[in-house]
Amino acid sequence: MIIKGRALKYGDDINTDVIIPGRYLEITDSDELSSHCMEDLDSKFFYKYKKGDIIIAGKNFGCGSSREQAVICLKQIGIGAVIAKSFSRIFYRNAINQGLIIVESFEAVDFIQNMDELEINLDDSYIFNKTKNQYFKINPLPAFMQNIINHGGLINTIK
Amino acid sequence: MGQTISEKILSNHSDHKKVYSNEFIDVKVDLAMSHDNTFLVSSIFSKIGKKKVWNPKKIVIVLDHRSPANTSISAEKHKIIRDFVRTQKISNFYDIGEGICHQILPENGFVRPGMIIVGSDSHTTTYGAFGAFGTGIGATDMAAVWATGKIWLRVPETIRFDLYGNLSQFVYAKDIILYIIGKIGSDVANYLACEFYGDIIHNMSVDGRMCISNQAMEMGAKVAIIPSDEITSKYIQSKTNKKFDEFCSDKDADYKKIFNFDISEIEPQIACPNKVDNIQPISNLIGKKIDQAVLGSCTNGRLEDLAISAKILKNKTISKNVRMIVVPASRQIYLKSIDRGYIKIFLESGATIINPGCGPCLGLHQGVLAENEVAISTTNRNFKGRMGSVNSKIYLASPATISASALKGEITDPREVKL
Repeated sequence: MIIKGRALKYGDDINTDVIIPGRYLEITDSDELSSHCMEDLDSKFFYKYKKGDIIIAGKNFGCGSSREQAVICLKQIGIGAVIAKSFSRIFYRNAINQGLIIVESFEAVDFIQNMDELEINLDDSYIFNKTKNQYFKINPLPAFMQNIINHGGLINTIK
Repeated sequence: MGQTISEKILSNHSDHKKVYSNEFIDVKVDLAMSHDNTFLVSSIFSKIGKKKVWNPKKIVIVLDHRSPANTSISAEKHKIIRDFVRTQKISNFYDIGEGICHQILPENGFVRPGMIIVGSDSHTTTYGAFGAFGTGIGATDMAAVWATGKIWLRVPETIRFDLYGNLSQFVYAKDIILYIIGKIGSDVANYLACEFYGDIIHNMSVDGRMCISNQAMEMGAKVAIIPSDEITSKYIQSKTNKKFDEFCSDKDADYKKIFNFDISEIEPQIACPNKVDNIQPISNLIGKKIDQAVLGSCTNGRLEDLAISAKILKNKTISKNVRMIVVPASRQIYLKSIDRGYIKIFLESGATIINPGCGPCLGLHQGVLAENEVAISTTNRNFKGRMGSVNSKIYLASPATISASALKGEITDPREVKL
């Protein structure tokens, strides 16, 4: 699988409260809910992101509340993947379960700049920064988790 | 090779004889807790195609996050949850006003040492205070647990905290855990189990232990275990007759890291906006003006917390510039607080008491903050916009510190209040 998109770069400890604030969680319409995605982190996010964009973040992305809507919203608005130095534990599981592509890479995050054009090749396990002509090797997911993704998420796996 | 407490509990719940860190295993779940997000969990569960949950007796549902319902949409969701609970014959259902899930479960004897408890709430680490493997999961994971009674886990490596020294007056469990988080950071325990040791822990009350295990989630802990002892057993036996397995770590257990902290010199600690690891000793913040003081939450809304606050507020009046909100963590705590006269003290001092539940902690209702307002709170998160306006600020502190600050209208050292 190859994911192509622009980088939208943010910092460390991006928590699920800013990915989708609690005050919107009661909204049941997924498009309306997702329109508030990342709003408390970057009030212009909804207007500047493009479908397929790749979020770049520092350590501990998705920390805080276990709210799965954080993953659901990022997926709903068409975020291609999240590359972070590390992911918080519950967010990581939720992403696997919902089929949101997440990639851990310390090095790539340090070198990628906002709006760089990126290509993530999951089959050959690398990130290619087209803007800077740089390659970063990534570790494939453990087979156990890859199996969940191959099934299209946890629900399909246990059906 | 020796095992940690987590490795022992997980071994006891898996098909393998002995499991060690970094293995992926399936384990049987002893208890599955969900709150208002049962709405989302039940909608995902319906996609699995199973009509009935695996074991309704092992599921507990507590409505606490929007309690009572704050909008008609919330009310509809609560209604759907009540219908689901009836259809599935889930008798362990606690409707609005009973309290916060993380207080309700221990209080009703659901939490015992050696259990595996999953909750669709990140602060499920609280049950580590009783020597249980309690961990937070998302809605899809919970739906799968409802269907199968099992969950896959990576056996975590463990970090050990050895605490020594005696606490100064007006320094509490909250200050200890904030101090630790400030020293090691918001993600040091990510994916890892924590074990806490030392005389200070061994002599600590159940309420204090629950504060430590709860707040430890804010350094990423997968579980935050305090080994069970006579204080644990006494508490559990006062709640249930059910038997339990106690586990202690082996002498040659493999720890990823061991932290030693001398807590005898620490002063009251404060987590400054907008990160829980942004910790300052109170002396650096004296005089910072506040608009709201919150006493409550799954971290610090327990009887001991209310007792400390009542002791400080007795015969005094809260600053006219401050709204103080008190949220007892459960109906039982509320009733005991009435018996002991705390509620009268709160009301006479000018505080507002709201019903047991999560209250304003996550900015949904019952005391949200306006633009540029500042709160000091005993809750567990101070993230941007968490309690209302994205331009409000939250400082986290102990019940003693928030109470002293409410009196003066600014951040105040509780050691300076005349009792």
